[in-house]
Amino acid sequence: MSLHPVAAPGPPRDPALWPRLGLGVAALAVLWPALEIAEFRPATLLDPKNLEVMGRFLGTFFPLVLTPEFLALVVRSTVETLALATAGIALAIGLGLPLAMMVSESLSVSRIGPARRAWLAPAVRTPLRALLIVMRSVPEIVWALLFVRAVGLGPAAGVLAIAINYAGMLGKVYFEIFEAGDTRPARAILESGGARVHAFAYGILPVAVPEIVSYSVYRWECAIRASVVMGFVGAGGLGQQMELSMRMLAGGEVATMLAAFLLLILLADTVSAVLRKALV
Amino acid sequence: MTPAAFVWQPWAVVGAFLAAAAASFAYLGVDFVALLTGESARQMAAFAAGFFPPDASPEFLARAAHGATETLAISAVGTLVATLLGTVLALPAAGRWGRPLKPLARGVLNFLRAIPELVWAVFMVLAAGLGPFAGSLALALHTGGVLGRLFAETLENAPREPAQALRDAGSGATAAFLYGTLPVVLPQFVSYALYRWEYNIRMAAVLGFVGAGGLGQMLYVALSVFKTHQAATLILALIAIVTVVDALSAWLRRFLGRSGT
Repeated sequence: MSLHPVAAPGPPRDPALWPRLGLGVAALAVLWPALEIAEFRPATLLDPKNLEVMGRFLGTFFPLVLTPEFLALVVRSTVETLALATAGIALAIGLGLPLAMMVSESLSVSRIGPARRAWLAPAVRTPLRALLIVMRSVPEIVWALLFVRAVGLGPAAGVLAIAINYAGMLGKVYFEIFEAGDTRPARAILESGGARVHAFAYGILPVAVPEIVSYSVYRWECAIRASVVMGFVGAGGLGQQMELSMRMLAGGEVATMLAAFLLLILLADTVSAVLRKALV
Repeated sequence: MTPAAFVWQPWAVVGAFLAAAAASFAYLGVDFVALLTGESARQMAAFAAGFFPPDASPEFLARAAHGATETLAISAVGTLVATLLGTVLALPAAGRWGRPLKPLARGVLNFLRAIPELVWAVFMVLAAGLGPFAGSLALALHTGGVLGRLFAETLENAPREPAQALRDAGSGATAAFLYGTLPVVLPQFVSYALYRWEYNIRMAAVLGFVGAGGLGQMLYVALSVFKTHQAATLILALIAIVTVVDALSAWLRRFLGRSGT
């Protein structure tokens, strides 16, 4: 049928071979120093001393410690974690919302025409924006460590750490929500002489509130995860107890608390998903 | 435009939240007002003032730079191993190696993902000793779980025709995967891995708090021995890393988005 001669069956040619090989070699060349710096030595995992420590620790994981006193402690720590995250988020919203309103330009009077002290606006906004960046760029666990040093061990440090770090994140996201929505209603209120509070309450908030609430609920879920982790530097809650048990290599206690932690995360996930679904 | 109907749901959430917040403050019983005013506020201000000025001596800056490089290396190696681990686990999790292995692989992925990096890091410090290797392992395990799930979803949604055509033409299963499926899913895999790398750079910076190397370990040590000026330098280095990575990834995304369309 075919008028074209069939190519002689040579060795199979792989059209993708050279590009893939080249990319692979290039990636290795870039990553090789990284492996060196990160002291990537899988052999240490098989070091008999390490194996023994890890083996003994893992061996103590079962059975889980389920004595009534210990379970009561776990429940208390879990509730403390929950309270810590909720209180932290409440402060973060209380701090982040006003900051977002201050840096948002859709509420700016000087934007719509000559205003008294118009030079003041950027002079206030720029440092506030920088403040928000610093608040969110320093990870929550660093804030937690700093607050543990400043106010002592316990949940207060965790609450303050979440408050500062999450206020930085919420402030940025709220600000973006304010700017992304329809800003004309707010502007119309401002132009007809309304106060900024009115412009915000009647011009921006009605459009933005579902998104704001939904994002805040999501952050609450993140705060619960974070508050467990922050406990490792002494900021209270389940994490602090877990750290103590790990330091004593009490595997059974760690296993029980890990189980409690997973349940808590599952619960927060579900609550957050249900709430957010109800909002859209 | 008709006026929007009153939405009550957000306000119900707000109300429930206010009640929960009030209960939380009551449960914790910490007097935040006293904590943030008066004598303790003065103490906190003194504590904060103790961080200035940051230590800018050349030898410490060199050490901080080394810590930052170590952090970058930990994140890169951790993400790389996680990508390999995720790919290996994604194949059974997407049902490629038969039905019985699928729930098993999913269970493993969920477990890896559910344990936070920091908890993995504590375990890995026990298993591999103090240092950056423990940090990369911790990142690899958690991120492997995250990437594995994302990869499995990508695999399940990938079109089956190219691989099927190769199979029909007589190629083996491995070749059909490498030349029929992999080219389709690879861009998605790479973009997920890069996204997690960005996240892991931030994470690697703090894993050191439990002894897993990098800037975090230096910061933890500096704060433990009250070298607050050095701690300030390290915190500034952290902020610099986060800001640079943020800017770089935003730029890269814009750049890729433009050339991709």
